[in-house]
Amino acid sequence: MADAILTTRGLCRSFGALRAVDDVTLDVRRGSITGLIGPNGAGKSTLFNLLAGVLPPDAGEIALEGRPLSGPPEARFAAGLGRTFQIPRPFARMSVLENVMLAPMGQTGETLWGAILGRGKVRGEEARHRARAMEILDFVTLAPLADHPAGQISGGQMKLLELARVLMGDPRVILLDEPAAGVNPVLTETLIGKIEALNAAGTTFVVIEHDMDFVMRHCDPVIALAEGRVIFQGTAAEAQANPALLDAYLGAPVDA
Amino acid sequence: MIGLISYLVFFTTVASILAIAVMGLNLHWGFTGLFNGGVVASFGAGAYATLILGGTPQAGHLGGYGWPWPLALAGGLVAAGVLAWIVGVLTLRLRRDYLAIATFGVAVTFENVMRNAQGLAGGAQGVRGFERPLQDVIGTGLSYNVFFLAVTLAALILTYVVLERLVRSPFGRLLRAIREDEEAARALGKSPTRVRLTSFVFGSVVIGLAGGLYGTFYAFVSPQDVLPILTFQIWAMLIVGGAGNNRGAVAGTFLIWGAWTASGWALARFAPVEAQLYTGSVQFILIGLVIVGMLLWRPEGLFPERLAPASKTADDRGKLEPGSVT
Repeated sequence: MADAILTTRGLCRSFGALRAVDDVTLDVRRGSITGLIGPNGAGKSTLFNLLAGVLPPDAGEIALEGRPLSGPPEARFAAGLGRTFQIPRPFARMSVLENVMLAPMGQTGETLWGAILGRGKVRGEEARHRARAMEILDFVTLAPLADHPAGQISGGQMKLLELARVLMGDPRVILLDEPAAGVNPVLTETLIGKIEALNAAGTTFVVIEHDMDFVMRHCDPVIALAEGRVIFQGTAAEAQANPALLDAYLGAPVDA
Repeated sequence: MIGLISYLVFFTTVASILAIAVMGLNLHWGFTGLFNGGVVASFGAGAYATLILGGTPQAGHLGGYGWPWPLALAGGLVAAGVLAWIVGVLTLRLRRDYLAIATFGVAVTFENVMRNAQGLAGGAQGVRGFERPLQDVIGTGLSYNVFFLAVTLAALILTYVVLERLVRSPFGRLLRAIREDEEAARALGKSPTRVRLTSFVFGSVVIGLAGGLYGTFYAFVSPQDVLPILTFQIWAMLIVGGAGNNRGAVAGTFLIWGAWTASGWALARFAPVEAQLYTGSVQFILIGLVIVGMLLWRPEGLFPERLAPASKTADDRGKLEPGSVT
């Protein structure tokens, strides 16, 4: 693919005898909302964890904008890859705003000496981060909850909060792990609206989602995994008509 | 009357010294989620190093370097920091209860080394021969104790101000984020390992400061001062006061130290003669009950952690109702 922003080559990861991700080579098109589908146990989450650096691969390579992507999760966020979690992970006993203000990289006040001695500089940075965080919270409709403990907002709001945190890092690619799962329909629509708006502004998304309606309406292309392998790439409409994919969902073994 | 004042001065000095240690532990546990079960190792390192560096020459063990007191105390802080750095590098990958077990082991090892290494720190007899700062000018007795109370209070206030500044800063926000969810913090580009180590070393230096003041106040330190019970007392003070709240940490210290002292007095006065031997054990049971009871019925402590109302600027912050984080 000519304009791939995120690529994997021969990515493998096993857990004991189970080959969770088996020789996955794929290209994520710049500016797309790429849907990642497949039955439970297909290896979608493992693939996400490999991309995000939570797990090291047994073999294979990942590249973002042509540059190799390796190392721990923190290095990948710095490189421009953001991710949200399937089950939201808010910093529960911190305010919604603090959750977001945490995200900017290289804050002076994040070091011991910067915090104690660099008060003037820190104050300036904090004012900037606060303004930007409020802007983003406003964008994701959470501004009224800025001072709420993040552990006491709804599950859907937590998903919006995770998106807001990630946006503070200006990522070029955002991995969303089941954004619509367990969220009430109104908030899902809000979240989808925000994803579409960010995508229109140039952010690439890779989305794991089981809600086929969501995938049909918003994802292009769709990549399907089964038993750790890519079994289909194409449009959402083609995915629905694909017999191999249907078999995979119905539990038939995948032909090598 | 003088006796009462004298006692109050003494009590406040010891409680203030302990409050500094409790705030150090609060940085570990309250703000970073580090389960430090070896508080006395840092406390002891601070006390021993201060006395060894600042004391007069002693036969039979290390010491007698006669450093001026501020330098000796600084040496105590460095000793506590270096010990914490070594322990931290080795153990901070451990989580919660495993970290507690490892650090508890370090503290017990520290006590046993001090008790047995005669040539290092006087063994069971401890380190003596320390001249307290300005003692020749002020003299001994109540006037010196008042002077030292002032020194201790100054250290307490300085510690409080620095730690408050720290935990309200982006560094504190980072500590709390790592306490809440390390994996989420990593996904946002933060490196928990270094931050946890920084917190562990800095908190241990604060505990070392308390140890240095304690050793100075008594002009004596022995293995009896670094028994595990002190770790438990300091934990009880933090849990009762409220982890994640420095004012709570100080209040909890005065409360628990008051209760400890009062229970010791009451047991000595009222316990039947045949039970007198066991009053120390009864106090241990009491401190255990306080910890368990607090954790069961009010785990957030008397003064719970407060959420920073950060969305408003400093100008209108006064109007806000701070949210409680329970």
